[in-house]
Amino acid sequence: MTDHDEIFERVAEQIEPFNKKGVDLTDATTFAGDLEWDSLTVMDFVAAVEDEFDILITMNMQAEIDTVGQLVATISKLKKAA
Amino acid sequence: MTDAIDTPEDISLANLPNPAGAHDLLSKFKPLINEREALLATGVRDPFSIVMTEVKSPTLAVIQGKDTILLGTYNYMGMTFDPDVVAAGKKALDEFGAGTTGSRVLNGTYQGHRECEDALKEFYGTKHAIVFSTGYQANLGIISTLAGKGDYVILDADSHASIYDGCWLGNAEIVRFRHNSVEDLDKRLGRLPKEAGKLVVLEGVYSMFGDVAPLPEMVTVAKKHGAMILCDEAHGMGFFGPNGRGVYEEMGCEDDIDFVVGTFSKSVGTVGGFCVSNHPDFEVLRLVCRPYVFTASLPPSVVATAAASIRKLMHAGDKRAHLWKNSKRLHQGLRDLGYHIATQTAQSAIIAVMLPDQETAVGLWQALLEGGLYVNLARPPATPAGTYLLRCSLCAEHSDEQVGQIIEIFATAGRAVGCIS
Repeated sequence: MTDHDEIFERVAEQIEPFNKKGVDLTDATTFAGDLEWDSLTVMDFVAAVEDEFDILITMNMQAEIDTVGQLVATISKLKKAA
Repeated sequence: MTDAIDTPEDISLANLPNPAGAHDLLSKFKPLINEREALLATGVRDPFSIVMTEVKSPTLAVIQGKDTILLGTYNYMGMTFDPDVVAAGKKALDEFGAGTTGSRVLNGTYQGHRECEDALKEFYGTKHAIVFSTGYQANLGIISTLAGKGDYVILDADSHASIYDGCWLGNAEIVRFRHNSVEDLDKRLGRLPKEAGKLVVLEGVYSMFGDVAPLPEMVTVAKKHGAMILCDEAHGMGFFGPNGRGVYEEMGCEDDIDFVVGTFSKSVGTVGGFCVSNHPDFEVLRLVCRPYVFTASLPPSVVATAAASIRKLMHAGDKRAHLWKNSKRLHQGLRDLGYHIATQTAQSAIIAVMLPDQETAVGLWQALLEGGLYVNLARPPATPAGTYLLRCSLCAEHSDEQVGQIIEIFATAGRAVGCIS
């Protein structure tokens, strides 16, 4: 299992409670479009991901993240930096 | 039939092709436009376009020809019609004119601006005070100037828009913690680089639910991680603490808060914003803070009314006591009627009635207005967790009789709308 796959799986677990529509997750899945999350859901989800990986995803970084794949890549980068 | 071309119907904008073509920059607001039109089509009044044709006192105005009790003004201490405050404004208008037409750092600092800053320093017992043209600009200016590129601002998720906007303006890294969670703040501060500049931004009273922050615990955590602390006391000034300085005074955090931001548009009763501090280099902000430098200063009449009001607020013990009495009585009265209030007890002068959806909230809001009572309707995204609120803010000038009337109007309107039994 690659680093990417492992992080993807853990991210998917965190998405689960917020995935009200049961959307299938791929790297291309978008948070605003496919998952239809509003800003409040995003906030709760980001806090959960931060705690899961013990990292910080600043709001500035969040502004650049549209898809699950981009989030996984960001987490991977942050974990390497830590 | 040539004249038909000139009829108003034919030249109305609706019939012309969209001048912006396929790239209409306003098209992103279509969902909001549609939602609003659908709501208004149900026959309700527009909650965001109320006009007060006459204002009789801090607690009474005329709306659509009807005397209406004001319960959504943030005019906590009722200073807007105080005779000394109004007289000070008139005198300044006569002596110094209608406006300054200039920046504070150029031709826009008059005697009155200095006197207003002196009044603030006395009120807060601080060495420094800077007056801004609005409270929004005070947060925008102070936060963006303190926290620049590479610094971190750590803020409560429920922070006011002016705090968020201050972060973006300054290019700081923005980190949010869950509302009022000391543990969440601690965790996030712990993940930041040790050497980075950090500003923790807190509010004494959060304006949507009217709940107060656990400031002593938060201050301890922020200090542990080497952060500076800014506390916004917009909704606490005037009636928290022995000197009315705010929640931070009431909770004994005066020595630990580095910067206090506030506004003149609530308890002070006019418009303007400020920041007070004991930091020895505080005055340099006047030169580097863009929302302070690149805008005209407040009109002389406004700073004169603010100074007069602030000086009176220092000795407003009786008013404070009456405001707290009003707040507690309304909280209890609404709970007794069966309303769900955002806080268990009256923590501030804001009592937020929680409602299940937009339709109920707007319906009740309108029924209250028809009954002669104005409150604020608040909806997402301004509110936390997708809630719909009718926000009531009490005034020290609400008489006991008015508070009784308010509870009566809530009883009648709530039963008519069906949100209480």
